[in-house]
Amino acid sequence: MATAVITSTDVMVPQSYRVQEVSKETSDTFTLKLAPEEGSNGSSFRPGQFSMLWVFGVGELPISISGDPAKNDQLIYTVRSVGQATNSLVSQSVGSGIGVRGPFGTGWPVEAARGRDVIIVAGGIGLAPLRPAIYEVLHRRDEYGRLVILYGARSPRDLLYRKELAAWARHRDTQVLVTVDYGGVSWRGHVGVVTTLFKYARLKPTQSVAMLCGPEIMMRFVTRELEAHGLVRPDIYLSMERNMKCAVGFCGHCQYGPHFICKDGPVFPYDRIRPLMEKYEL
Amino acid sequence: MPNEGHVVLAASELGKLIAALVQKGYAVVGPTVRDGAIVYDAIESEKELPRGWTDEQAPGHYRLKRRDDDALFGYVVGPQSWKKYLHPAEVRLWSAERRDGTFRILNNEAKPQPPRAFLGVRACELKAMAVQDRVLLEDKYRDAIYAARRAGAFLIAMQCTQSAPTCFCASMGTGPGIAEGADLILTELMGSGGHRFLVKAGSERGAELLRELATTAASAADLSQAEQGVKTAAAAQTRSIDNQGIKELLYKNFEHPRWDNVAARCMTCANCTMVCPTCFCTTVEDVSDVAGDHAERWRRWDSCFTESFSYIHGGSVRTSAKARYRQWMTHKLAAWFDQFDSSGCVGCGRCITWCPVGIDITEEVRALREGTNHGNA
Amino acid sequence: MGLEEYYTGLLTGCAANVRFQPGSYIFKEGEEANEFYLLRSGRVALEIFGAAHKPHVVETLEEGDILGWSWLLPPYVWKFHAHAVHDTRAIALDGKCLRTKCEQNHDLGYEVLKRFAQIMERRLEATRMQLLDVYAVK
Repeated sequence: MATAVITSTDVMVPQSYRVQEVSKETSDTFTLKLAPEEGSNGSSFRPGQFSMLWVFGVGELPISISGDPAKNDQLIYTVRSVGQATNSLVSQSVGSGIGVRGPFGTGWPVEAARGRDVIIVAGGIGLAPLRPAIYEVLHRRDEYGRLVILYGARSPRDLLYRKELAAWARHRDTQVLVTVDYGGVSWRGHVGVVTTLFKYARLKPTQSVAMLCGPEIMMRFVTRELEAHGLVRPDIYLSMERNMKCAVGFCGHCQYGPHFICKDGPVFPYDRIRPLMEKYEL
Repeated sequence: MPNEGHVVLAASELGKLIAALVQKGYAVVGPTVRDGAIVYDAIESEKELPRGWTDEQAPGHYRLKRRDDDALFGYVVGPQSWKKYLHPAEVRLWSAERRDGTFRILNNEAKPQPPRAFLGVRACELKAMAVQDRVLLEDKYRDAIYAARRAGAFLIAMQCTQSAPTCFCASMGTGPGIAEGADLILTELMGSGGHRFLVKAGSERGAELLRELATTAASAADLSQAEQGVKTAAAAQTRSIDNQGIKELLYKNFEHPRWDNVAARCMTCANCTMVCPTCFCTTVEDVSDVAGDHAERWRRWDSCFTESFSYIHGGSVRTSAKARYRQWMTHKLAAWFDQFDSSGCVGCGRCITWCPVGIDITEEVRALREGTNHGNA
Repeated sequence: MGLEEYYTGLLTGCAANVRFQPGSYIFKEGEEANEFYLLRSGRVALEIFGAAHKPHVVETLEEGDILGWSWLLPPYVWKFHAHAVHDTRAIALDGKCLRTKCEQNHDLGYEVLKRFAQIMERRLEATRMQLLDVYAVK
């Protein structure tokens, strides 16, 4: 069991990264591009992993890496400002230093999905942790079957990466379907929860691997829908979230049943966590 | 029983044992009476040991009482455990300063500790160290702070010859006897033969220390008396946990009505997690000075009984006392097996003694098994 | 049996191909509900007009969806506006005709109601999820 070669004095210390760019995605969501300070290690990561981002004197947060795993000279994060810590993160100016620890956690099954159809279902900010998996599949497009991306957001103004969504749809055998819960006045697209998109997805269920990320309620409904369409539980993967302080399995905060989300997750196959998802206040 | 290298040390010589440790550069930590309890603290001589004291324990009850003899270790366990030193309540991980729009880490090494000698480690406490070793040293990451403190520690174990009503180490297979895991293993003996300690070395450095002391060969009577003492301690235990299928018992009874019963009593005060020798949860706190130029990261004990422990945006996951008590007990007795291949409980009974309302973890297990709501409340 | 086949089979003579220009209204809230539609292409938004008389889109329907069930149950009046967002082609089915047939043939009525109950149940579930507003910041 002991593959313990990493000591806490290494993994508890943040590396300095400089903010290269802060771009606004929506009214409360921003994308940060960070590059390592000279002399730091390369920023390689697996799709689905996360970093602990530290703002000097404010605090540290777990944020999924949202960039292209093929580009390991920078790290990209899409952050929604929901409180003091996230707000200070998105308010950093270009050139300022942010502490980065990681990458941590298990990643999306991009290798296991080769040769199969891939269905990506994202809700809200959940598209950010899935974007690296999408990049990975598109980089090796011929090694995968069909690619279906289903994305739901609250309203048209909350949609992330709109230009990229359009670009992704132009790849061969790739479907991108977008919906919103609240349409507003000028939206001409689909209105309804993301499960209503399933009937349009062209899938071979027994040959599909599904990757889900979004609010837990949404993921529960989506797994039901996927099973109704013939996918089996070991082929469905979810990214789970709990309170995190250390990200290295010591503080105990991120436990989800017997699993530590920081090291046994955040990506889990559905068959492993299904009994936990049915338990209230677990 | 074969001699196996046992020797006898007169009680009057114990002070020399402590002195020898000090001479070798160890900071000796042992039991001492303070504020109505027997706690672990730095001691300089045997005079600070709790001579003639014992502890009277029951659910939600702890009192020191005078013994009618001069036993030095005539108590069971106090509110503290050795995690006070190995996995400290408060430790600074690093400090940093602002520099050129970013930061610079100033000191990051686990602060060098004077090697400590722990005098009077109980069987349950030795097992608790082994449990924490598995969590903090032998999983995916290795806690450097714990590693440094653990490696340096010289352990002088003390077998129990009495139990408190709250003890259940016998049923957990963690005591009261000690076969290994310490540098020296002692048993306090009184009566005919005099006030003395049966001693066995458990390591090379333990044997080396023994050679510097005035010891005599142990007789068959000494060995028998010690063996009998441990057996008496085990037989006296009235509480127990039946660990057969305990993982399934807890996993499958998430909605058992007993949780509501215990939730009505539990105040989520977190005492149990503070006194428990295996609880390891911590929190990470970032602080900075007023000018904002200097920052420190601290690690502090935390407890799953607090509402903020499970907080994610939108609220906490475990808001009810029921959910939090269930989490603690399920983790300690069941999930620990999946995570670390053993129970997280060593049967020391501290959680029963120090719970202000006397919740008894052994009683809660029984109630779940029997599918009833019986018991206190 | 596919939806199209089933209904057109039932209503031979009472079904017609229709087409709605983008921006046109298929029906409006309050109007008598006598027909329903099987969408073949395009997109229809179900709208409710709010206090400021701006429409709220509560749901959109596309290819393969059934538009309208108010024809089936009294008071046979539309509860929403149906707004063709894109060029929409559909099969219009005579709901009044089918209603009458169901009254006369209860076995048929049961079969039709079963199918519609299923559609309503799925829509209700989806609507409830929309109500949960899962993406909002709490």
